[in-house]
This record gives sequence, structure tokens and C-alpha cells, in this order.
Amino acid sequence: MTLPLSWLISFSLALFAIGVFGVVARRNLIFMLISIEIMLNAVALLFVAGATMHPGSDGQIIYLLILAMAAAEIAIGLALVITMFRRWHSLDIDILSKMRG
Amino acid sequence: MIEILFILSAVIALACALITVTSHNAVHALLFMVVMMLAIALIFYLLGAPFAAALQVIVYAGAIIVLFIFVTMMLHQGQRSIESEHQLFSLRRAGLPMLLSLVLFIEVVVLLYSGEQNALSTSANSDSTKEVGMLLFGRYHQLIILAALMLLSALIGAIHIATPSNPVQGEQ
Repeated sequence: MTLPLSWLISFSLALFAIGVFGVVARRNLIFMLISIEIMLNAVALLFVAGATMHPGSDGQIIYLLILAMAAAEIAIGLALVITMFRRWHSLDIDILSKMRG
Repeated sequence: MIEILFILSAVIALACALITVTSHNAVHALLFMVVMMLAIALIFYLLGAPFAAALQVIVYAGAIIVLFIFVTMMLHQGQRSIESEHQLFSLRRAGLPMLLSLVLFIEVVVLLYSGEQNALSTSANSDSTKEVGMLLFGRYHQLIILAALMLLSALIGAIHIATPSNPVQGEQ
């Protein structure tokens, strides 16, 4: 029972490209954070695929670290979203370009 | 058999990711993202990593997305926020970013299939979870301490940023 490695890499890259599209095209802060999550998932998938290809499970350890990093990043990102909504009553990322200093 | 399962879950994950990225309603987007996470968990299982699959369901779909949904519901203003989102994002004006990420994807696929094919065995080794545990508390135990420190600092930072009575809020 084998899966071609190129399938997994293609799938992971398609997911990553969708995430890049989301970060570049969306202007709502929440959707940008969601797109970052999608990109992190794509990379984690690549690591797990690498862990099955090579002997040893080191890729799954990296997956665990990516998971912890995603949790930390989302906690701070959502705190920033709440603060931004309190101050400007909008999640439009272009408002932040009016910040000075 | 495994190929069919992989293709099915990959198609589901990609479709859900596309809907997530282009949706105008944040709650719908998050629910589609849960489906995407579950499809990726299935792929982890097919790859012979049941521990990663369980973590994907528990931590991503169970904790991170729920946090997202709580914040979204806190900030959601019903029809008004959906209308303002229509103003902020429309598929017609998103052509250039779509083209760019499509080019990125096609580029790597071309690169991938121009070389020799590499096969990946997916023998479901039942010792995978045990092995991860041995590595986690053996060779990589310092990384666990670092991850814990990172989570702690993120917790403190999030509390500091989101507390309404901090000096930054008082300036207004």
C-alpha cells in the first residue's frame, strides 16, 4: 500500500497556495488569521508525510511544535483582533495603515 | 483503496479551504474549516500517524477553532458585518492574488513531475505513537520546555493585550 510522495506534496502546496491567496486578498483580520492557519496546516501535513517517508517519527515531533506555535499565535492574534475592534469598531486591515507612531 | 481515500479527503479539504477563504460569513467559514481539519486528520491517519490525527481533531478542531468561533460571535453584528464584508472583499476584485497563488502552485507541480517519481510506503505501524512518546521525553525534552515557555508567554501577552483597562485603551 503506497501513496506517491508527489501527491502529498502537491496537495500540501495547493493548500498553502490557498492560504497565501487568503492572506493577500482578504482585508478582514479574522480571515487573514484563518488563512494563516490553513498555511500552517499545509506545512504540518508535509512534516507528517516526511515522518512516514523516513525512519523514525521526528516529523511528528515537529508537528507537535507547529501545533503549539499555532495555539500561541492564535491567542495573541485574537487578542489583537478584540483590541482593534474595541478601538475602531471594524476589522478592516487598511485602517491600521492610518496608525502613526 | 488508500489512493481513493486519499483523493477523496484531499478533494474535500481543498474545496473546504477554498470556501473558507472566499466566504463572506465568518461563522460559515470557520465551520467549513472544521471540515477541512477533519479531512486532514483522515490523511494523517492514512499516513500511519494516528497520534497526529487525534491531535488534529482534539487541538485544532476542538480548541483553536472553538476559540475562533467564540471571538467571531463576540464581534459579529449580524447582517451589518456581512454587508461590510461584501464591501471589503469580492471575488471579482481578487483576480490578481488568485493568479499569483495559482502560479505558485503550478510552478511547484511542474518542478515535481519533471524529476523522478518517489514512492511513499504507508504501512500503518502501530508503534508510531509509542515512538513519538519516547522521542518526546527523550531526545526532544528541551523542545517541550521551550514550547511550554512559548505558550506561557503567549498567554500573558494575550491577557495583557485584551484587558480593557490597560493604558493604551485609556488614551482615547
